[in-house]
Amino acid sequence: MTSADPGYRSATISVLVDNEAGVLARVIGLFSGRGYNIDSLTVAPVDDGGQRSRINVVTSGTQMVIEQIKAQLDRLVPVHRVSDLTQLGPHIAREMALIKVLAASSEKRAEALRLADAFRVRVVDATVESFVFEMTGSSEKLDSFVELMRPLGLAEVSRTGVAAMARGTTVI
Amino acid sequence: MSTIAPPAQDSAMSSQSLTQSGAEVLLRALKDQGVEVIFGYPGGAVLPIYDAIFQQNAIRHILVRHEQAAVHAAEGYARSTGKVGCVLVTSGPGATNAVTGLVDALMDSIPIVCLTGQVPTHLIGNDAFQEADTTGITRPATKHNYLVKRPEDLARVVHEAFYVARTGRPGPVVIDLPKDILIGKAPYVSAATAPHRSYRPRTEPDAGQIARAVALLKSAKRPVIYTGGGVINAGDAASAALRRFVRMTGFPCTSTLMGLGAYPSNDPQFLGMLGMHGTYEANLVMHGCDVMLNVGARFDDRVTGKLALFSPGSKKIHIDIDPSSINKNVPVDVPVIGDAARALEALIAAWEADTAKPERAALVDWWKQIEIWRGKDSLRYRQSRERGAVIKPQYAIQRLYEITRELGRETYISTEVGQHQMWAAQFFRFDQPNRWMTSGGLGTMGYGLPAAMGVQIAHPDALVIDIAGEASILMNIQEMSTLAQYRLPVKVFILNNQYMGMVRQWQELLHGGRYSESYSEALPDFVKLAESFHGVGMRATSVDELDDVIRAMLASPKAVIADICVDQKENCFPMIPSGAPHNEMILGPEHESESAGITGDGLGLV
Repeated sequence: MTSADPGYRSATISVLVDNEAGVLARVIGLFSGRGYNIDSLTVAPVDDGGQRSRINVVTSGTQMVIEQIKAQLDRLVPVHRVSDLTQLGPHIAREMALIKVLAASSEKRAEALRLADAFRVRVVDATVESFVFEMTGSSEKLDSFVELMRPLGLAEVSRTGVAAMARGTTVI
Repeated sequence: MSTIAPPAQDSAMSSQSLTQSGAEVLLRALKDQGVEVIFGYPGGAVLPIYDAIFQQNAIRHILVRHEQAAVHAAEGYARSTGKVGCVLVTSGPGATNAVTGLVDALMDSIPIVCLTGQVPTHLIGNDAFQEADTTGITRPATKHNYLVKRPEDLARVVHEAFYVARTGRPGPVVIDLPKDILIGKAPYVSAATAPHRSYRPRTEPDAGQIARAVALLKSAKRPVIYTGGGVINAGDAASAALRRFVRMTGFPCTSTLMGLGAYPSNDPQFLGMLGMHGTYEANLVMHGCDVMLNVGARFDDRVTGKLALFSPGSKKIHIDIDPSSINKNVPVDVPVIGDAARALEALIAAWEADTAKPERAALVDWWKQIEIWRGKDSLRYRQSRERGAVIKPQYAIQRLYEITRELGRETYISTEVGQHQMWAAQFFRFDQPNRWMTSGGLGTMGYGLPAAMGVQIAHPDALVIDIAGEASILMNIQEMSTLAQYRLPVKVFILNNQYMGMVRQWQELLHGGRYSESYSEALPDFVKLAESFHGVGMRATSVDELDDVIRAMLASPKAVIADICVDQKENCFPMIPSGAPHNEMILGPEHESESAGITGDGLGLV
């Protein structure tokens, strides 16, 4: 299976799980044990009591493989629900990143700030030789900003991975 | 079942005076779950459980000689009774030794609850003596696993483990029990009656899909019913419904290795086993059918052969309790998720209610074609009857089958893994479910003897035979000692060809006859070996001795090893080489060289 195969697609899957010990290992182990891709993964408790967590996985494969991933996830005992947001309809997928740029020259500093402004990226830390930018957006938008920072002194990137949700009234 | 503790449980720790230790609570929960037998082996971390076992009589403990054997014994017990098998092993090496058995049970969907000892909670993660990350190691080896870290979770977890093991697609569940939890006091709670918070297997088939399936089956001109271990797991009701449905439709029926016995083997509508060493007629029916009904099988690679050419012209209906089995290997047209018994009963009702007429005339033609294929007699072999002639392994199993049938005793067969296993599947014919114990998915050599042990514990008066190879049997031979301790009259029927026969066969067919490390060098004298384990040993070296040895073996009240010295070079046919489709079978030695699929792609496959 390669990305050149027809029907190969990316899928954003949200999994609601019981927040018990080892549940993330179960999900990750399933992906590695069965040879599925993980392009991005986020997890955090999402209810008041911390009883349930939501795992968002971005994966890719042929339609048959993605269906298989969903069925395998659903089979895990602590899994409540598996939703393929990509298939469910329009959805929002957002990622946050902290991006450190080391730039001493005033030209590069000014250029970095100009671009940050154009991307609506916030400066959350600054010294005379560095910036840390905080950015939220789609993974593609983050990618393009990171690429723009590269010639300007990109030093470090920390990304959260994708959090996703269906648009409109749809609830998983 | 709910994790949200009922109010009674919340107060249990505070108001109710706790009188029982964790180990006692554990045993009480096991008893409430109907456990009668535990297969196990003691060690430091589980001593509190063994102390509690010592002080009660409700649950019998069978002391095995290796933890792997404890799991296989529990599998044999489970598969021959339909109950959950229960295992108890200690921490560290006890748990790691059990892993092969757990994966075996996972692959073959056998319900097992395996209790593993663990170092006290405050030592977990400290590399304590006999510590292993058991839940980490067994996570991909089980359907689910638990580590009990709080006394108030113990009883609930035990009940939940049994529920998870036996429902849906059955499988092994591990409960890791730190020693301080076993020693300290713990509250008891009964099994919850509320549905589980997240685990809810679907058993009722969708009516719309059943209707689509019936419409497709009624229109079929060349149908086949392909059944698997799911029918056995769904209980006697599933086998009964299968028999009814096959007879009312008049369709041909074939079975996987794991499904043998669900449909009677001697019935004319049964085509024999399908797959790599299945019959010619079963495989050609699969290849040429126009509608396939798969009940409780999973399109395993041993069955499908080359996927791209698998049953190319058919519409497929797949009944399975596990949604992840559907469309995993083979895309199907009508998926039916549910219990095999419920689905078959729904099919019967819908078939009867549907007014469309089945394609009777076409079915008659289909059967004519099937009879032509059957006429090839693909299981044929040549046995010389001359005095002193070497025994063919197929003949040994055929005689074993015929003589046990004459005796009319309730008979259970287990096997190890390899050529003898395939010959047993081909030549020992089963009329009932739950009589056939074999390691299908994982292919675990050393499965058969401990599995037979577990069957004999469950059925003390039955005849239990492990059909073995001389290589496989040595992988768990220590269990002869367990047989002696509990006076279990298991019969070990070794087809001894002094080779790891299936390895040798593949080396002959695929690796130019270079028999690398497949010769069973320095074998023990199995007769003396049986005697040293307080059993009876016997041997047959030529065809004229075979019947006498079989009769003597079956008549003995003790454990027996019958060393049947068979033709060293016999290969298991028919055979679909790896990477070949169903219609490119090798029927016998005369076709070995003409097979197209024998090289290239197939060489890289297992």
